[in-house]
Amino acid sequence: MSGDQARSHTGERLFVLLAALAVALPLLVLLFLVLAVGHEGAGRLSFDFLTSYPSRHAERAGILPGLVGSLWLMVLTAVIALPLGVGAAIHLEEYGRRSRLSRFIEVNIANLAGVPSIVYGLLGLGLFVRTLHMGRSVLAGACTLALLVLPMVVLVSREALRTVPLSLREAAYALGATRLQTIRHVVLPMAYPGILTGAILALARAIGETAPLVVVGALTYVTFVPDGLDAPFTALPIQIFNWVSRPQSAFVVDAAAGIVVLLVTMLLLNGVAIYLRNRLQKKIS
Amino acid sequence: MPASSEILAMPTQAQPAGHTPQAAASRIERVIEALLAACSIATVLTTAGILLVLAVETWSFLREVGIGKLLFDTEWTPLFAQKHFGIWPLVAGTCLTSLCAIAVALPLGVLSAIFMSELASPRLRKWCKPLLEILAGVPTIVYGYFALVVVTPILQRMIPDLAGFNALSAGLVMGIMITPIIASLAEDALHAVPKGLREAAYALGASKVPTILRVVVPAAMGGIAASVIIAVSRAVGETMIVAIAAGQQPRLTLDPRVPIETMTAYIVQVSMGDTPAGTLEYRTIFVVGSALFLLTLAMNVTSYKLAKRFRRAT
Amino acid sequence: MTLNSTPPPRPSPIKLNVDGVRAWFGTNRVLHGVDLPIAERSVTAIIGPSGCGKSTLIRCLNRMHELSEGARSEGSITLDGKDIYSREVDPVLLRRRVGMVFQKPNPFPSMSVRDNVLAGLRLTGSLDRTRADDVVEKALRDAALWDEVKDRLGAPGLGLSGGQQQRLCIARSLAVSPEVLLMDEPCSALDPSATSRIEDLIHALRATYTIAIVTHHMQQAARVSDYTAFLLSGDLVEFSETNRLFTSPRDSRTEDYITGKFG
Repeated sequence: MSGDQARSHTGERLFVLLAALAVALPLLVLLFLVLAVGHEGAGRLSFDFLTSYPSRHAERAGILPGLVGSLWLMVLTAVIALPLGVGAAIHLEEYGRRSRLSRFIEVNIANLAGVPSIVYGLLGLGLFVRTLHMGRSVLAGACTLALLVLPMVVLVSREALRTVPLSLREAAYALGATRLQTIRHVVLPMAYPGILTGAILALARAIGETAPLVVVGALTYVTFVPDGLDAPFTALPIQIFNWVSRPQSAFVVDAAAGIVVLLVTMLLLNGVAIYLRNRLQKKIS
Repeated sequence: MPASSEILAMPTQAQPAGHTPQAAASRIERVIEALLAACSIATVLTTAGILLVLAVETWSFLREVGIGKLLFDTEWTPLFAQKHFGIWPLVAGTCLTSLCAIAVALPLGVLSAIFMSELASPRLRKWCKPLLEILAGVPTIVYGYFALVVVTPILQRMIPDLAGFNALSAGLVMGIMITPIIASLAEDALHAVPKGLREAAYALGASKVPTILRVVVPAAMGGIAASVIIAVSRAVGETMIVAIAAGQQPRLTLDPRVPIETMTAYIVQVSMGDTPAGTLEYRTIFVVGSALFLLTLAMNVTSYKLAKRFRRAT
Repeated sequence: MTLNSTPPPRPSPIKLNVDGVRAWFGTNRVLHGVDLPIAERSVTAIIGPSGCGKSTLIRCLNRMHELSEGARSEGSITLDGKDIYSREVDPVLLRRRVGMVFQKPNPFPSMSVRDNVLAGLRLTGSLDRTRADDVVEKALRDAALWDEVKDRLGAPGLGLSGGQQQRLCIARSLAVSPEVLLMDEPCSALDPSATSRIEDLIHALRATYTIAIVTHHMQQAARVSDYTAFLLSGDLVEFSETNRLFTSPRDSRTEDYITGKFG
């Protein structure tokens, strides 16, 4: 093909390299972050760290209240957000798909998903802590987190419901099943793995949240674990925040160790979600 | 599937009326349907709750202080004896950190999207996207730690007069955090560009990179813009990174090296203290929350509309 | 023009020669060894029922076929006697010599009429700015679109009607001065009057360019082409001068197809 202009292969390759770097760089930063945190916090990690209360002495401090608080929050958030979210998803997906109200609700959920988490904190403070007189309790914190993850639960549940083929619903109707029977015996069993996976991921997000809990009034120095719904509380990320904010570098080590615990918890939750999804999906098919 | 709800509506309408067992069953069905509807309504009530809480406290504040001081003062010192309520220093702090973030996330995100959609093999691409999405799932408190404890000291070696708290490292780390948002949504947009346009360019003798930069990217511009706006909105609302690493000194500056305070960080600062309900200081966090809410809402709606128009066009 | 009006064109040299071409999508073979000579400055039509491989065949001619995922091909295709699949040929440079017009008009949505015409030159970095206006006018005139769009060259290309968009795409192909123009069912998305304008245009372009056109529309093949190839399930059944193929086909399957017994 003589006579044609030559192409700039070098330019093309450079661009491809640049684009590949753009993917690699954030991942490398993440790797660096994990290594840096691990390196800093590894020394503090021990069984005692998990079972001790915070202390004025950095090397004796532990995260028991944070761990237990996060567990309380997670369970309560699940109890509140899952029925609400899955119920709303079933309603939107199986009952009122075309109505104007459901379209309004859809837009509303999309908007809620974009509201900054700290604004949910203000909602929790104004509504649960003050107006409903829950005080700065673990229940108020859980209610706040539940509203925060509600849009996500609705979205993933709808996604899961949508994967159930219409033909299966029709088959159930053709057998004389009512709509509720169809949902209960045909739709939900099939959508269940997807809903469960999404729910766990939503809860993983909830326990990583800090800002709304700070606003609702989680305590930063707690030497007890919650003993009821109305008890004051702290949480893992709050405890970490407290340690990061201290000027003494010994507490920074505590913070790093706390972060390792938080990341491992989230990793476990995500792992469980993926495992359950794979297992349950296999069972169905 | 527009036809589906008609089909779904049939069985209940076919239920005979009267005191038969079916009627009892259909009553239960109706109760449950009402319960499910109530769940949907709960999401609307959440929005109403946010609006109400923000509006009530903001209204009380404005009645006491007046909107003029909020908009025309240039200092924000509600916690001092000498109180000033000019919101602009906080807005400036938020803008500054968000600008730093987007300066990182825009090129990284768009290039990543191009790599995943146009350049990577399908197998590589299947790996990239979930890996990048891990970044968006890391708790923000972790990024805050990273910015303060790791990034700032590194930057201080390169920029000697960088303060311990500064907008720069908080912004840069936030940029890494929001990169996957742009990457993921912009990749969807690029992917939605019809294959025919790429073929037309190739048939003209264009090679891969000019085709991407001059045909595919411009065609996906609406979707890419939507992804960037949603990412900025996320940066504006992000709290813990800036609360930990950017400082607590509201000031009207565009210098990323000095401590500043963002809107979100101010809310955290007041919440950490012991401010009794009903005081003016307490109300200021709702005022700042209102501004934050309106700002992010405007961006989210713009992004949503852009994305919708883009989807209709392709 | 009616079926028998043009005398058989004088034999012209072969521009593109297809020899034993086989093509696959994954493991699915869609062409089983096709031989087809395409003569210079003439129109060669490729007809056949849908799924017969005619689009795949034409996409092998400018190496667009290999861009699809899992697609590959074998056999030899020569342009002016040189193998276009040989190692030293850059498919990108090849496509500047062998242009293509697609089934659906696909002007670039972000560009004006003018920019669409210049797109090929800009994309290949070979635009001479001082000549841009001339290039635009010439390509649009050649594509019989100039008079309709000369007052709105800055308007978006997508604002034109379907038929105008397709002629814009033809102008876009002509602007890079190809030697061969491949057309993959260029009228299938157009109404009858737009179709007839494109057909007139093909007839006019034949003086300058070598044209290969895929069509599922037999009358169209009869109207615009000098030679016709009939493809069936990936095999070339018959190839001859268009008049002869339509008046006295040698193969009974060709006869069945052109008389409408199947397809």
